[in-house]
Amino acid sequence: MSSTDIDVGKVGTNPGDPLPRLEGHVSHGRFERVLKAGHFAVTTEIAPPDSADPDEVLVRAAMFDGYVDAINATDGSGAHCHMSSLAVCAILTRLGYSPILQISCRDRNRISIQGDTLGAAALGVCNVLCLTGDDVGAGDHPEAKPVFDLDSISLAQTIRTMRDKKTFLSGRKLDLEPRLFIGSSINPFVPPIENRADQLAKKIASGAEYIQSQYCFDMPVLKDFMSRARDLGLTEEAFIIIGVGVLPSAKTAKWMRSNVPGVHIPDDIIRRLEQAEKPKLEGRKICAEIMQQLKEIDGVAGAHVMAYRQEQWVGDVVKRSGVLGDRKPWAPEKTDTTIGTVS
Amino acid sequence: MYSVRLFAVRHSRFFEALYNFVNPAILATLRGITRVFGKKLDAPITAAEAGLKGLLFDCQMCGNCALSKTGMSCPMNCPKTIRNGPCGGVRANGMCEVKPEMRCVWVAAWDGASRMKDGDAIKSVEFAVDHRDKGRSTWLKLAREDMKQDN
Ligand code: SF4
Repeated sequence: MSSTDIDVGKVGTNPGDPLPRLEGHVSHGRFERVLKAGHFAVTTEIAPPDSADPDEVLVRAAMFDGYVDAINATDGSGAHCHMSSLAVCAILTRLGYSPILQISCRDRNRISIQGDTLGAAALGVCNVLCLTGDDVGAGDHPEAKPVFDLDSISLAQTIRTMRDKKTFLSGRKLDLEPRLFIGSSINPFVPPIENRADQLAKKIASGAEYIQSQYCFDMPVLKDFMSRARDLGLTEEAFIIIGVGVLPSAKTAKWMRSNVPGVHIPDDIIRRLEQAEKPKLEGRKICAEIMQQLKEIDGVAGAHVMAYRQEQWVGDVVKRSGVLGDRKPWAPEKTDTTIGTVS
Repeated sequence: MYSVRLFAVRHSRFFEALYNFVNPAILATLRGITRVFGKKLDAPITAAEAGLKGLLFDCQMCGNCALSKTGMSCPMNCPKTIRNGPCGGVRANGMCEVKPEMRCVWVAAWDGASRMKDGDAIKSVEFAVDHRDKGRSTWLKLAREDMKQDN
């Protein structure tokens, strides 16, 4: 759907006002519309700043303008402190962006999570991604108390309860339910590989309506996983978006492989980077090629581009891949978006 | 103990059969004890459960026992206490992301479940534990739930 397909007349005067909820849609958001219209969606990740400056968020988001359908705001990823996902999302919704609120179970219990869920919906957030979260030991505050009151599946059930039953987990009624499009993650590339499709089935059963996967650098493993998912009928039940990465060098790739949990990068990718004259460019080519291959796989609904510290190249890989065709994802009008720094 | 825990997962089918055989007897005994002694013997019963399940499965006494649905691998040994695992961080060799010296509890769980008669139970979604039950006996809880239903 191009931006013009949305009847702007029906939208409020502020870019951040909710869109009318379409028939068969759970949220007011643009991201759900793109997927349900059958488009190949592109999402990416914004690195929340280590700063109280809202403009920093907008500057980082603007790099993706016209190339992505939704922006994930990570929640203390790698157990490192940054601006909260909820705050990043709230800043982004003011301009009409479609942020995806990431909720990790590491730092909050069910009381806090349900409160944030209502708050997020009130601030115009339409999408949520349920994560268990990295262990605190992986981050810069290893001495912190890990919470893990819920896991990602219980979290999806919780939000589903709030949205569809209009109650808290306790059964207490909500006056207005949070209209959130619920997502969950999957990593088909690490053990138990033969059970990852079964786990996907559990995630969908718990309420996930879309899935974003870990980095995919291994096509044969992914194809196997997708064929199992199709056999189980899962591609009919949820939109499966596969993660892709922009690797800047063989050295970084090797480092990620051994230090970032759950990252699987086959040797031939590393070799390609090693042998390339311009490894940075090669990394972007690899990413674009993988995206093209994803688009050909039955049941893959989109690509999630993760380009940590390489965000400026997201547009380039999306363009190179051509997966959007002539569709241009919605972006805010170029205006002075300065909110002003609180000092 | 870690090695016993791995043994239990490897022999999950045997433990499942054993559990199905002894569980009704344990629950019947506990119902009898409850009728006669009320809650007076709760502490030693809980200690017995903790001792036995601790030895075999490294049971953490969450009070919401799920062993029959998790391939006889206790999910509370997962550093993230995930009840529907594994997480996405499992190492390529099947070891835990957080504790590289430990086999991922959920890799073990799916493996154990594949050998069990009712292994498909692992495919059903489990909601998070009720933290009030920590340290309490699951056996007593089940026995008393049965009694409530009988009444
Ligand atoms: S690797 Fe396995 S045991 Fe370790 S935290 Fe993840 S699910 Fe739990």
